[in-house]
Amino acid sequence: MITERVKKLREQSLNAINIVSHERAVLITEFYKSSMAQQVSVPEQRALSFEHIMMHKSICINDGELIVGERGPAPKATPTYPEVSLHSLQDLEILNSRDKVSFKVSEETKKIYREEIIPYWTGKTNRDKVMANVGEEWLAAYDAGIFTEFQEQRAPGHTVCGDKIYHKGMLDIIADIEESMESLDFQNDPCASDKRDELKAMHIAARTIIGFANRYATHLEEMAATEKDEKRKAELMEMARICKKIPAHKPDTFHEALQYYWFVHLGVITEVNPWDSFNPGRLDQHLYPFYKKEVEVGTLTKEQAMELLHCFWIKFNNHPSPPKMGVTAAESNTYTDFCNINLGGVKPDGSDGVNEMTFILLDVIEEMRLLQPSSNIQVSKENPDAFIHRTLHILKTGFGQPSIFNADAIIQELVLQGKDLIDARNGGASGCVESGAFGTEAYLLTGYFNIPKILELTLNNGIDPLTNKQLGLQTGDPILFKSMDDLMCAFTKQLNHFVDIKAHGNDIIERLFMENIPVPFLSLVIDDCVKKGMDYMCGGARYNTSYIQAVGTGTISDCLAAIEYHVFDKKNTSMKSLIDALSANFENYEEFRYELIYHTPKYGTDNDYADKYTQQIFENYYNAVNGRSTPRGATTRVNMLPTTCHVYFGQKIKALPDGRKAHEPLSEGISPVQGADVAGPTAVIKSAAKIDHLRTGGTLLNQKFTPSFFDTEESIDKVCKLVRTYFRMDGHHIQFNVVSADTLREAKKQPEKYRDLIVRVAGYSDYFNDLIEPLQDEIILRTEHTGAK
Amino acid sequence: MQGLIFDIKRFTIHDGPGIRTTVFFKGCPLTCVWCHNPESILPQPETINKQIEFDGKTIDRKEIIGRFYTKDELIQEILKDKLFYEESKGGVTFSGGEPLMQDAFLEETMLACRANGIHTTLDTSGYANETVFRKIASLADLILFDIKEIDETQHFHTTGVSNKIILHNLQWLATAGIQTILRVPAIPGYTFNEAYTKTLKKFLQSIKSDTVCEINILPYHAAATHKYMRCDYENKMNDTKTLDKKELVSMKTELEQAGWVVKIGG
Repeated sequence: MITERVKKLREQSLNAINIVSHERAVLITEFYKSSMAQQVSVPEQRALSFEHIMMHKSICINDGELIVGERGPAPKATPTYPEVSLHSLQDLEILNSRDKVSFKVSEETKKIYREEIIPYWTGKTNRDKVMANVGEEWLAAYDAGIFTEFQEQRAPGHTVCGDKIYHKGMLDIIADIEESMESLDFQNDPCASDKRDELKAMHIAARTIIGFANRYATHLEEMAATEKDEKRKAELMEMARICKKIPAHKPDTFHEALQYYWFVHLGVITEVNPWDSFNPGRLDQHLYPFYKKEVEVGTLTKEQAMELLHCFWIKFNNHPSPPKMGVTAAESNTYTDFCNINLGGVKPDGSDGVNEMTFILLDVIEEMRLLQPSSNIQVSKENPDAFIHRTLHILKTGFGQPSIFNADAIIQELVLQGKDLIDARNGGASGCVESGAFGTEAYLLTGYFNIPKILELTLNNGIDPLTNKQLGLQTGDPILFKSMDDLMCAFTKQLNHFVDIKAHGNDIIERLFMENIPVPFLSLVIDDCVKKGMDYMCGGARYNTSYIQAVGTGTISDCLAAIEYHVFDKKNTSMKSLIDALSANFENYEEFRYELIYHTPKYGTDNDYADKYTQQIFENYYNAVNGRSTPRGATTRVNMLPTTCHVYFGQKIKALPDGRKAHEPLSEGISPVQGADVAGPTAVIKSAAKIDHLRTGGTLLNQKFTPSFFDTEESIDKVCKLVRTYFRMDGHHIQFNVVSADTLREAKKQPEKYRDLIVRVAGYSDYFNDLIEPLQDEIILRTEHTGAK
Repeated sequence: MQGLIFDIKRFTIHDGPGIRTTVFFKGCPLTCVWCHNPESILPQPETINKQIEFDGKTIDRKEIIGRFYTKDELIQEILKDKLFYEESKGGVTFSGGEPLMQDAFLEETMLACRANGIHTTLDTSGYANETVFRKIASLADLILFDIKEIDETQHFHTTGVSNKIILHNLQWLATAGIQTILRVPAIPGYTFNEAYTKTLKKFLQSIKSDTVCEINILPYHAAATHKYMRCDYENKMNDTKTLDKKELVSMKTELEQAGWVVKIGG
């Protein structure tokens, strides 16, 4: 049941217009201009700038709310991060006027940008340094759409809160910092003074968040003093008490735990603009002890807990992803900031983690029906079917959440990467589908990699047909290839070449963040930064990983299968006429294109003819990427997800041998090419399971179903068993879009009537209305399975 | 030996318990006026000519309906989803057409399923001689048995054959200890009216069995209209509309009064 106050807050959040707030930009500029900023080490500079922002930013308390704290001056007033990347006046105009994912920009903001922000930061941002240092090869490949760069406009983040904050107040963490400082060995440790600077910065950051909470406490007390309504007055007093207690001290009540997390969340997303914002992770595991204890002694009812959770949920929805531009906007075109709450899974001892709080949170997800936060269930063989059934009942309503993960596979993935078993069991999935050890790992996504584009270059001897420039290696005229082996050999050379370029760029960019944008606040909550005296950016986390995400698995498999089938196997065509057909975008090759689409082996139909290429490409990509070391001591690994990048990458490729026309989207995640999965979901699952998911850090499989699949308990159980079987084959993730294609077509025609239509895009859900048209069309096209017969 | 199959569908969820693969045998001795698989009737492969509008061009293609499988080939297809059957307690369903028309091939296949631990369901009209029917039925874990009409003349009129042998086989089935679900099509103009429901109810009351105890009402759907457009059979149901579940409630209630578990849909 949603209370009146929650209804109002939810409406406020839904109706709030996304605007650019200049508040943070002004404060950080003020600080960087100060003489203080010039006199201290970089970590301290970052900590002091954080302090300056948190102690001077406006306080916002919305009517009736129980959890307080806004990043901007109002819900959805979104700050900018000019030290990372500077918006030009033209950028602000685009943000203000673009159709999708827009942010309104006031005249005042434009003026402040023109007069203060732009003059100071031009040439000084981290983005400027990135672009000046990555080199020409990197820039050319980036422009051609071979890869994207996550750290171009946003800082690395990609981490999740563990259970530390529920056991330690900031004063306890400060005591840990002091202990680390005392144990510094200036005689023998050449890094001791760097560590001292970092620990001093952490000290400042910890005190800052206490100070920030106290500002709220003072405000709440003032509001309570003038509040006429006795009930609200009591609430305000209680909230003030909580803000004075946490985050200085560890939380003891359910309400304190939520408010503590929220302050930490705000700290992380204000300090910089990390990808995937921040994330409470295994929320049911963290909250259950607080809930159980209070319900037992009678200080909290289930209804009160639900209301607090509703208020907590709205807080996430008030915080859209910071305004993105250019390629960054194209690869992640959404307001969602990828906070992805995990439910279920296993406890540290490996037993069933599903508890009463799990089901309460599923109720909250269903009732709130908000874009943010995202949610997922972690399904282990230890968990009961009832847990999956409850989730499918939510998905049945057409809400693209929660997504469904294989907890047992994730644990194996993490252990295979060398993590301790308990740390792995405390992990889960974040962002879209990324596996991580929560509270102990920095797992940075560095950018998407366009695998079908590599084939296009191979088929053109390294020349990009879009620009006619020699972009890749000269791997030979494809007309002279005598077998698939020749083709695969050339392809692998091109692939390795561009992975080398991307990985080299990653090293340069990582170093720039290590040197210029440390995050002492985030470092407080991710172990073992305090213990090591090392920043999160610099390898302070217990585990450090970097990912390069592969895009276009289905497309590349179908392309290679088509070439083998028609050119080398059946000899229906020659390599030359295939390439001619591609150059002509299939004009006057309609019959050939028909054969390519309808009479060619496809990935997703459980056909080894095509699936063997999925496996082979995976191996090639894995070998090219996996195991490389980075400057901060991380290991580079692979995962397979696209966000919205399959659309952007598609725009950068002309026609392909699978029958796809120029500039159309690629397949997303490890899902089959849109419309190619004609043998039903079990075949899709069989194909997808041929990839060795356990050697990745996440794969993404989307399946669209019509509501008829979920019409009775019996059919819901069959979908549950479909999931169980995929997970038995070590599949990592599966997500269901329950909506009819007709509904989507209607929604496209009459967007105003479908404002609340949320669909699964890739690793996340979004309002259908907010998607760009090619993406809308692509989702409509994804095979709509109807129950056979 | 080979069997003639016109389709294999995976993840069928309405043809028996759990997740199933349904194998459609080609060839049927009946010609029900409401047949929704008209391409299943002829017991040999059929070639149809298709004109496809594609990219603004018309493309001519021949499509052959029906393919011969050896037992091993068919088992290989069935085994593809073995893990799904295991998790969901599903299996394979033999449908058609009338699978009993290819009883020797079917027997081989069912024995192989048994050897592989796969649950088998037989979807049949019951139209086969006593020996064949008993031999195959004894190999099945579940039988979906169609009752199309009770009255013999009517049955002949709508399906082209007498129902004598069908009812005879059903009588044996009731005492054979084989799990069976009766399927009754609800066809407007034929078997969907109050009078027929009463006749059906009376007939059902005469069946006393521990293993034949559930009825599935299969409401008419117009989904086959486009199939008729592509083959030589005349569509006698031209203007009949798909029945809505709500229209079937009274039929369901009536049959439940006869003491049966009744479900709408398979």
